[in-house]
Amino acid sequence: MTGIAPRKVRFGIVVFPGSNCEYDAKHALSTFPHAEPYYLWHKDDDLQSPDVVILPGGFSYGDYLRTGAIARFSPLMGAVSAFAESGGLVLGICNGFQILTEAHMLHGAMLRNRGLKFVCRSQHLRVERTDTPFTRGLTVGDVIQVPVNHNEGAWTAGSEDLRQIEDQRLVVFRYCDEGGDVTDAVNPNGAVDNVAGIVNECGNVLGMMPHPERVCESAVGGIGGRGLFDSLINHVLEGM
Amino acid sequence: MTELYADLGLTSAEYTRIKEIQGREPTHVELAVYSLMWSEHCGYKHSRPYLGRFPSTGARVLQGPGENAGIVDIGGGLAVAMKIESHNHPSAIEPYQGAATGVGGILRDIFAMGARPICSLDSLRFGEIAAAPRADADEGARGAAAGAGHDRQRYLFEHVVAGIGGYGNCMGIPTVAGEVYFEDAYSGNCLVNAMTVGLVRPENIVRSAAAGVGNHVVLFGSKTGRDGIGGASVLASQEFDETLEEKRPSVQVGDPFTEKKLLEVCLELLSDGRFVALQDLGAAGITSSASEMAAKGGVGIDIHTDRVPLRERDMAPWEIMISESQERMLAVVTPEDWAYVKAACDRWDLDCTVVGDVTGSTRLRVFHGGEVQGDMPAEELADAPTCTVTVERPAHEVDEPVDPASYAPAPAPLGEILLDLLGAPNIASRRWIWEQYDHQVQLNTVVLPGGDAALLRVKETGAGLAVCTDGNGRHTYLDPYRGAKAAVAEAARNVSCVGAEPIAVTNCLNFGNPEKGAISYQLSRAIEGMAEACEAFGVPVISGNVSLYNESFGQAIYPTPVVGMLGLSDDFSVHCTSGFAAEGDVVVLLGDAAPALDGSEYQKRWYGVVEGRIPDVDLEAEVLLQAVLRRAIGDGMVRSAHDCADGGLAVALAESCVAGGVGARLDLGGVATPAAAAPAPGAPVALDAAHATAGAASSAASSAVASAPTSPAARHDVALFGEAPTRVVVSVAPEAAAALLNLCAGAGVPVTTLGTVGGDTLRVRVGDDGLDIPVPALRDAHEGGIPRALGVG
Repeated sequence: MTGIAPRKVRFGIVVFPGSNCEYDAKHALSTFPHAEPYYLWHKDDDLQSPDVVILPGGFSYGDYLRTGAIARFSPLMGAVSAFAESGGLVLGICNGFQILTEAHMLHGAMLRNRGLKFVCRSQHLRVERTDTPFTRGLTVGDVIQVPVNHNEGAWTAGSEDLRQIEDQRLVVFRYCDEGGDVTDAVNPNGAVDNVAGIVNECGNVLGMMPHPERVCESAVGGIGGRGLFDSLINHVLEGM
Repeated sequence: MTELYADLGLTSAEYTRIKEIQGREPTHVELAVYSLMWSEHCGYKHSRPYLGRFPSTGARVLQGPGENAGIVDIGGGLAVAMKIESHNHPSAIEPYQGAATGVGGILRDIFAMGARPICSLDSLRFGEIAAAPRADADEGARGAAAGAGHDRQRYLFEHVVAGIGGYGNCMGIPTVAGEVYFEDAYSGNCLVNAMTVGLVRPENIVRSAAAGVGNHVVLFGSKTGRDGIGGASVLASQEFDETLEEKRPSVQVGDPFTEKKLLEVCLELLSDGRFVALQDLGAAGITSSASEMAAKGGVGIDIHTDRVPLRERDMAPWEIMISESQERMLAVVTPEDWAYVKAACDRWDLDCTVVGDVTGSTRLRVFHGGEVQGDMPAEELADAPTCTVTVERPAHEVDEPVDPASYAPAPAPLGEILLDLLGAPNIASRRWIWEQYDHQVQLNTVVLPGGDAALLRVKETGAGLAVCTDGNGRHTYLDPYRGAKAAVAEAARNVSCVGAEPIAVTNCLNFGNPEKGAISYQLSRAIEGMAEACEAFGVPVISGNVSLYNESFGQAIYPTPVVGMLGLSDDFSVHCTSGFAAEGDVVVLLGDAAPALDGSEYQKRWYGVVEGRIPDVDLEAEVLLQAVLRRAIGDGMVRSAHDCADGGLAVALAESCVAGGVGARLDLGGVATPAAAAPAPGAPVALDAAHATAGAASSAASSAVASAPTSPAARHDVALFGEAPTRVVVSVAPEAAAALLNLCAGAGVPVTTLGTVGGDTLRVRVGDDGLDIPVPALRDAHEGGIPRALGVG
């Protein structure tokens, strides 16, 4: 991006009871001079005119039923899906991704991790698409390092769904090794085809299990997540 | 009543005392309340006489022992609250829920002070989960029982780890450090100690002393059920026997979702100053919280049990009073603030009820349907009668260390022993554990789990907080005084290794049945050793917990005092990690304590015994060494620093290679004999020696061996695998080596230059023997240790 930003990009971060990555999302965005993050309460219905809505990680409602199964019914989710239908940008991270699949705003569903254990570790991702507002600043084939942190991250879908997803190139990130090879050995949770993140047909809703907000500072974990937020900010500021 | 008071765990003497205090036969409710408040778990009957020995004051101390948690000032308008607590007995019965609710309990202790939890640590002990090489031989003799025993311990281990993660991950509190040991002594009583550290602005600190006659006593959080009834007296204050299974109903079930909401609403209301006093409900539920709040405030509290929101119908008043249902808090709120507090809890969908009032009576009174069910003096309730037991030194303790010369020669090639130790469950990489914990949430984790201590940044000030737990039960078993002293020294060394200065201690004292003289001896000697070490470091003990009766069928655990250490550094970005950094760096050993077989992992695994007497820590040398180490890290002099502990020097060196992904060329000729390790006058000379060929150095070592055939130097295996305190392996850029050696020489800290970083193997020469192992082989042994022991690797 060039020149002075005409304005700040508003990121509305939805807080569900049990969310626990909302502070991190806000803190990470505070390291971007052109971002203006703020919280949204799940019981409200006004999104306060955001440019981007973020559904953060955590354990909404304890995830005691199915992950995200209750959060999707929060009053605010109606506004979020209307926002998405009108072309608004929505980013679901981890539990946020789980909520988006439960809300049928994205394809597929989540199963417990292969190995039935919670997994928190650094992970390499291969960028599959750069024609989305979330990845326009990246290059196809780029390998970025972003940590995963979940117990139910094995994304899966029916064979019909899968064909559609591949035909329409909805997969944005896949788990890969350091060199970018997509192998089963580096799949942290058993997700089908190593899927780490997908978009909807219009490309304005992204769900991903890895946590880009955790890698926006070199002091803690690295900067593998900055490209995604830079892409979003530039997309909005350049009015594309 | 006679049977009842005994069933509730009270002695006849205590029952008599209760009748004196009450001036009559106690009611059922009163007896239930007394039995819990005077249990070991709540009343510290056996430990209180010794606990006063700990230093607990200091310039930084804002809150010492006696509150939900201790608090120290870390500058920049911020303070740190911390505490460690045991949940051993529940975890032995139901490992997942026992561990989960242990985490939930310690988290509440921290936010009950007004602090936001920023990280948790866990110190765990289990029975053996795999056979040692030595044990393999007689596996047949030990029969299937051994194998079955391993299965049970693996089950406990896996479910405790899952429970800790299940609760902490859901709460969004990173679990960043801890330790785990596997010893037969814990097979009947696993230990689960959970520690939490929190940040608080001093002006937001709230305490538990009730005040203001006429103020509301408010219960909020979860509803109250029958779970955990009698947990403190039935579980935590008795030995285990064949009735273990029947005790399952006394274990509580955790609900981290409700606790997360409780955390948020508490911090919200605290920052608005809406609480006069706040106390979490733990052991003994409303009973202990209410009586402690009243006793501390010198006021009385009336509780109306019929106002308590219940999870089950028809609970009796005494059940409501002692229920240990989790995720509940008790607060004192002014009538003016009540509506505000209620509204906040409603917004978070949490129950919030006025269950009583503060009175001027100094008594805890219990009402149900307007009827008085109990009326007891709060002061006496919170002040259990203490017991003193005549101590006697355990028979197994000896005054002299073992003579290595009396041991058969190394049972295997040195390289084979190193690979075995690296993969031993007590030493192997803990990755399998900490990858099940969210160790990054809150974005403060600068140094990840796996090093000597974790380092967190303080976003507000840029300072660094180093945290770790330490406690070697095997060492403490051989000598409780020296072992406990060494635990403090090692914890301090570990935070120093990442560049932080030790500023506060919290401790958890895990011991057997204190009614036995030998156990009381271990308890008192361990406390003396810890106290002396804390005094030497000028570090106060600001909080702690005691867990006694860790015995099964009369078999006690190893005495296990666990030290939780907090370190502070001005700038988190100036820190150190344990991995060798660059080819050509000079490897230097700080400290010259002579390695010993006594109580070492090597002695246990390869000779099948735990015997002798561990070396005593020279506190003066220890404090000096750590000060020099921190100075060297602060000046950017050293590129890696790693504590030299379990498995001895060879394991420390191998771990630095694995962590750095690079090999090293080393000669330990000068290590074993203290004389040879003293800094040569004019450090640069010593440096030249380091750059000299290994051959020259080794010939010097060989002669040392020849001259002292029975000195530890004669045993190359002891030089490599023997354990000693006050030793740290550092690596330094060649151009900075002279400066480091001069710094140490000037400060009188003994140093030995061991060689240089480089190559893809760890090549160690010691006298006329040595080892040479590819770094990937070291990594496989170390990383694969736990999965292999669990049969999943």
